[in-house]
Amino acid sequence: MARKNRPTAEIPNGSMADIAFLLLIFFLVTTTIANDKGIAMLLPPKPDPNQPPPEVTKNDRNIFKILANSQDKLLVEDEPLSDVFELREMVKSFILNFGSPGEEGVEIYNSLPSSMKAYSSSVRRSDYSDDPTEAVVSFKADRGTSYELYVQVLDQVNAAYNDVYGERVGISAAEFLQLDRDDPVQDKKYQAARQGIPRAISIAEPNKIAK
Amino acid sequence: MAKFGKKSNTSQDIPTAALPDIIFMLLFFFMVTTVLRETDILVKQMLPKAAQLSKLERKSLVSYIYIGEPKQSSIFGKEPKIQVNDVFVEVDEIVQFVNQEKDKLNEAERDQITMSLKVDVESKMGIVSDVQQELREANARKILYSSVQSIDI
Repeated sequence: MARKNRPTAEIPNGSMADIAFLLLIFFLVTTTIANDKGIAMLLPPKPDPNQPPPEVTKNDRNIFKILANSQDKLLVEDEPLSDVFELREMVKSFILNFGSPGEEGVEIYNSLPSSMKAYSSSVRRSDYSDDPTEAVVSFKADRGTSYELYVQVLDQVNAAYNDVYGERVGISAAEFLQLDRDDPVQDKKYQAARQGIPRAISIAEPNKIAK
Repeated sequence: MAKFGKKSNTSQDIPTAALPDIIFMLLFFFMVTTVLRETDILVKQMLPKAAQLSKLERKSLVSYIYIGEPKQSSIFGKEPKIQVNDVFVEVDEIVQFVNQEKDKLNEAERDQITMSLKVDVESKMGIVSDVQQELREANARKILYSSVQSIDI
């Protein structure tokens, strides 16, 4: 049974890399790496028809009012504002105003780093919020307001809050957003930053009339 | 200069035997990460730019609503329309859509459903707020205004 000169059974694999390359290029081209990022919001629960809408009992100075009309003009605290990017600083000084803080407010004030205390006393105004627990930013857009402006305003208000949160634990707003809440160390930092200061952004229903 | 003139006897071939393996590895990576698009987007989608973005945590909990001017404006007109899945819907059909999406999830996760609103920058707030009212009605309160990261932070 001696068989000699059996031809070697070999598959030529020189072009294997080429085939793989071809496939690779196909998947490279078709891949769209998901970029699902955005501004997160929580809508208010649907109104109960049996109950009248709650009365606004908040002090007027505790509400930071932003209005946008159908021409994309802004009215902030009853004064027109042309540059939307000024909002960030305004909202920040509104939150950290500590005009006449309550018990909780004093506690938060004492927990702030000294740079923020100095900031707070340098910008204090009598017509801004009593303390961060009371402060609410109210934003009302018209039906004709462009979505672009709407997102920009929300972005600025969120930026102001993130500035405050970040500064409390000594990081920037961008770093605060990057905090990974699955990591216990970072989650602790997140909790410390958020503690006591709610992100109170109220989106009012737009007016029914658009021109 | 003798140093440079020296000829070495080492062979200068790069071993290419492992090349297919490396390519295959890359290939598998892209095969796994690729998500073939399920829906054809029928509306214009220029997302707004914003800086303070947060990431979506669980993709399985997310449903998408597209709003914008139809791409085929000769057929569908120029007014912004709402698209879910592959079709245009009217505002009052959104509740039904949300309930369908909720049915796909576990009982425990239904309240955590997140609606990602992909809205074209040229849309007006009227249609967006109509959608929001419907989402409140459907008790899908977590929403995300999908936007693109702007450079200045």
